[in-house]
Amino acid sequence: MTDTVYGPVTDWATDFDHGAPEYNANVHQIWENLVASGCPIAHTERYGGTWLPLTHEMVHEIAYDTDHFTSQSVVVTQRKPSMIEDAIPAPIGGAPPITSDPPFHQEARRILLPAFAPKKIDPLRDEIRDMCNDLIDNMGDKDVVDAAVEYAQHIPVMVIASMCGLPREDGEVFRDMVHLFLEGIGEPQEEREIAFERIGAYLDKHIQDHIDNPREDLISFLLNAEIMGNKLSMEHVRGTIILLMVAGVDTTWSGIGNSLWHLATNTVDRRRLSENKEMIPAAVEEFLRAYAPVTMARLVKEDMDFHGVQMKKEDWVLLPFPAANRDPKQFENPAEVVIDREENRHSAFGLGIHRCLGSNLARLELNVAVEVFLERFPDFELDLNEVMQWSTGQVRGPRKLPIRVLARKG
Amino acid sequence: MRVHVDPSKCQGHNRCYALAPELFDVDDLGNAFELNDGVVPAGLEDKARLALANCPEFAISIEE
Repeated sequence: MTDTVYGPVTDWATDFDHGAPEYNANVHQIWENLVASGCPIAHTERYGGTWLPLTHEMVHEIAYDTDHFTSQSVVVTQRKPSMIEDAIPAPIGGAPPITSDPPFHQEARRILLPAFAPKKIDPLRDEIRDMCNDLIDNMGDKDVVDAAVEYAQHIPVMVIASMCGLPREDGEVFRDMVHLFLEGIGEPQEEREIAFERIGAYLDKHIQDHIDNPREDLISFLLNAEIMGNKLSMEHVRGTIILLMVAGVDTTWSGIGNSLWHLATNTVDRRRLSENKEMIPAAVEEFLRAYAPVTMARLVKEDMDFHGVQMKKEDWVLLPFPAANRDPKQFENPAEVVIDREENRHSAFGLGIHRCLGSNLARLELNVAVEVFLERFPDFELDLNEVMQWSTGQVRGPRKLPIRVLARKG
Repeated sequence: MRVHVDPSKCQGHNRCYALAPELFDVDDLGNAFELNDGVVPAGLEDKARLALANCPEFAISIEE
């Protein structure tokens, strides 16, 4: 089966395409227009039928309703699980626990939670600071740097490689995987098969190495972990490693990029944070709210009525947490970025049982990355002579972020 | 004033522990619970309200 190449979007309410480049580039305007036109839930026939609810209330409801919506696949593609011969069925799915449903989900998640709990993550702060400083050292004394390519994209890769026990120099493999699973969903299937094989061989090599030489890292931990008294299946181990390698990478790199993009385009906020480091944690929460990088997806389990629209079995439903974060019913002046916003009940890391497992790590990386960038470059701005580029697909962030350094230290 | 984290709603976003570590702690799984039976010491009432207003799962309640 060959994937369809979709044409330009004709109408965002009835023919939207979240994979089109103009979606991420203009997304806030698109949502605002949809809601203003009285459309709280958009639809498209693309990807075999996909819904896009836009209110906090609906996103919240779907995230909580695991009876009617399954997580078996959380990335919208033209291939639904029923079309894939060797798809691992619910409630386990291909990358547990993110693709799992209750009751299996809780067991698979419980195994991983302790490794990502605050008290395990907080001690990594100094190591992450050193990584960030090294990346800035490597930029030399250039006037224009790419904060996405030379900075943001490396930080989560280095951290998760170190936690998993994979070589830090393998950043290219991680980015290859991110591209394959999240961005390359419309690319020719033959090319994707080759990429899947290449990544499979990489995983096999490192899993075997961990079987032969166990050590104190997440891969060894997974190989020894038990679920309901049994060791994890090799499928489960592989799926979870893929999840760890993919889920924490372009999400966090997008979050760092979004924060630096805001600062590069907003002189007042940049100066305030540069001079008041203690404001960074609250500002990072506001960047997470206003520019949340991650939209998840669910599949409809059976035909159903949802607030007056007829959803069909195996329709995709996007969960745009970033749109929920801009719902005026939930946030005062949602379109405005208020870096010292006090009430900030944002859902950048999701809602309900699938709350981002790595949220404590992502927050630490974001805080440290912003802090170090401002320390080393107390003043900077977006370089309008160079191309700025947004990602495509369910994770939104800058893929090219040209920044002109106006002041430097150290 | 007393605060309470509903363990059936808490999903471990860790906002309360980050904003008010005097009032909340987290367990090995990263789920939050109130310290000192939820009794809010004088002077920390605003921190309790801040934690409530920042919980994405609406898991925190306050008894005045």
